[in-house]
Amino acid sequence: MKKLMIGNQAVAAGLHDGGLGVVSSYPGTPSTEITEFLAKYDDLHSEWAPNEKVACEVAFGASLAGARSACAMKHVGLNVAADPLFTLSYTGVNGGMVICVADDPAMHSSQNEQDSRHYAIAAKVPMLEPADSQEAYTFAKEAFALSEKYDTPVLLRMCTRIAHSQSIVETAEAIPPVLKNYEKNPAKYIMMPGNAIKRHPVVEARTEALRELAEDCIFNTVEMNSDEIGIITSGCSYLYVKEVLGDNASILKIGMPNPLPVNLIKEFASKVKKLYIIEELDPVIENHVRALGIEVIGKELFSPLGEFSQQTIAAAFGMDKKECVTADAVIPNRPPMMCAGCPHRGMFYTLAKNKITVLGDIGCYTLGAVPPLNALDSTLCMGASVSGLHGFNLARPEGEKKSVAVIGDSTFMHSGMTGLVNVAYNGTNSTTIILDNSITGMTGHQQNPTTGYNIKGDPAAKVDLEALCKALGINRVRVVDPYDLAACKTAVTEELAAEEPSVIISRRPCVLLKSVKHEAPLTVDSDKCKSCKRCMGLGCPAISMKDGKARIDTTLCVGCGVCKQLCAFDAIG
Amino acid sequence: MKTTSVMIVGVGGQGSLLASKLLGRLLVDEGYDVKVSEVHGMSQRGGSVVTYVRFGEKVYSPIVTDGEADLIISFEKLEAARYARYLKKDGRIVVNTQQIDPMPVIIGAAEYPETVLEELQAKGMNIEALDALALAEQAGSSRAVNIVLMGRAAKQFDIPYDRWIAAIEKTVAPKFVEMNKKAFDLGYHS
Repeated sequence: MKKLMIGNQAVAAGLHDGGLGVVSSYPGTPSTEITEFLAKYDDLHSEWAPNEKVACEVAFGASLAGARSACAMKHVGLNVAADPLFTLSYTGVNGGMVICVADDPAMHSSQNEQDSRHYAIAAKVPMLEPADSQEAYTFAKEAFALSEKYDTPVLLRMCTRIAHSQSIVETAEAIPPVLKNYEKNPAKYIMMPGNAIKRHPVVEARTEALRELAEDCIFNTVEMNSDEIGIITSGCSYLYVKEVLGDNASILKIGMPNPLPVNLIKEFASKVKKLYIIEELDPVIENHVRALGIEVIGKELFSPLGEFSQQTIAAAFGMDKKECVTADAVIPNRPPMMCAGCPHRGMFYTLAKNKITVLGDIGCYTLGAVPPLNALDSTLCMGASVSGLHGFNLARPEGEKKSVAVIGDSTFMHSGMTGLVNVAYNGTNSTTIILDNSITGMTGHQQNPTTGYNIKGDPAAKVDLEALCKALGINRVRVVDPYDLAACKTAVTEELAAEEPSVIISRRPCVLLKSVKHEAPLTVDSDKCKSCKRCMGLGCPAISMKDGKARIDTTLCVGCGVCKQLCAFDAIG
Repeated sequence: MKTTSVMIVGVGGQGSLLASKLLGRLLVDEGYDVKVSEVHGMSQRGGSVVTYVRFGEKVYSPIVTDGEADLIISFEKLEAARYARYLKKDGRIVVNTQQIDPMPVIIGAAEYPETVLEELQAKGMNIEALDALALAEQAGSSRAVNIVLMGRAAKQFDIPYDRWIAAIEKTVAPKFVEMNKKAFDLGYHS
């Protein structure tokens, strides 16, 4: 049946139709929908794990037991799962195992632009890279057979444009999930030195066998159209090349970026006068081709920064720019921002107002960094707020009185807990604020261990954050409602003054949750409004100044009442 | 047959994903090769969002670049101006006259270019402006701005009215179908 699917849905369909038994993932743009679509199937087990390392290890366990398994994550998630990945390469698999990783060139929703192909090379595991939804389906499905035949986990690399572009998919017959036999095999699965040392040559031999496969497989394809121009490309770059050059260039399309073929490339190169390598991000294919002693044009023409488009290709081949009209008027930016009624706003306002140094983390609340709040001092990676604050306070002991970490509920579960253990164990009087909005927000509302529901929306064990923080060694744990500015101020002042580490749980559900009832929108009495602009300091998208007076957009306002608390003239009600 | 390029632009939260889902579904049912490129994640939080829809006999790139769009459907005035450079010389912009201030305007760091559509029109750009918010409210929900605009833009496609209605029935959640059909009709006949 032909259907329009985003790449991530196609991956889900391919994994399902490939006989997937167990999937465990942590959400992360642009990978999230793979697991969300898998959760719609009832003939496999799906779950949100607390982080990518756990997810990858769950998939390992399921594979060991004999099931076909998968996990999905964004590129930076693979950093977290890198520890199991590198040794999974040695153990290999029982049931086929696929690790889906989605890169984000141009950083639509990420903190860096890393190229996950380096992981495939470093961990010595095969990687597949589809160029559209149909390939995403086929490659995901085929990945299981590849995994089992070569006894290796398989990385399936997506990028934003493939993950979030819809194209037509024709699905094939589904293979029902099968549980292979499980037999104890210490030499293969217990990776202590004596065993692991014998697995390393197996890994090297496997890479050579896979390289043989790369010479002639469904993943790497050649289109001979011209003996003048030859292009080696992969993923969405292939689409842009075809869009611009059509049948005017010969193309070697790489669908398996690791290991790369040798003879196929040499032969292709020998048939064209000029060879280009067109790949987004790092020169992975290019370095391989250059190492074969072949002259190419690559990164000197095609930047390692951001995404390409048909325009990139057209410009590189000297084609005229298409005519276009632009406005002379200055078009102001429209950066993303915290929603009207966002529960994070009250806490960030309090921190900014009191000039607190704030080590931030990854989530919607990273938007506390933007004007007018400008509340954050750093954002590095998942969990770095808590551990970073400890380091900050070690270096600047006076910081204990005026610095905090802010971290969301899901991010705290992901990797904030270990940082908090360190705060308690190694003893800085650090104050950690858990912004508990009862959901994983930025990635589009996924459940997590603190919400009380699982991926299917069924009731599940709920982590008690207060009890958890106490168990981790923090005696001072208090809960505050971020809609109550006075309470926020008291909590922050008192916990910063305390002579021991503390946690403030700033708790209120995300205003976008369907279960959250909105209050009637507030309005401004323009006779009472003195144009002091104090309410504007909140950076609420519902509040603006019109004709010198504050005005509230009633279609956006959810009646949270935070601005009302700021108004000294009782003009908001 | 050449590839046709459509862009749906607006502010995160205005329902561009539903609009592109509707258009994509319709075009597949009409037998075209179709690609739709969406934006998920951080930009959705009140930021500027753009969705590309391309269709034809065989479509390669899922995105649209400068001077390529046959049609831009904009849910907000400023966003129409932001993406105007993507429009082909003889292309057309269908735009909601609604003004949603971005944060730099709200905090007074920038000014909203109130007359930017007139400026673009003066430069020869083909612009159809309508108050889609008023029509959406008339249909029963301010959230139906997306479907009102699809109704207005529908006339730019060589696809009969009934086929659009059938696509709405297949794409929209059952309890919102009637309201969205009304919204589409109001846009179509505006």
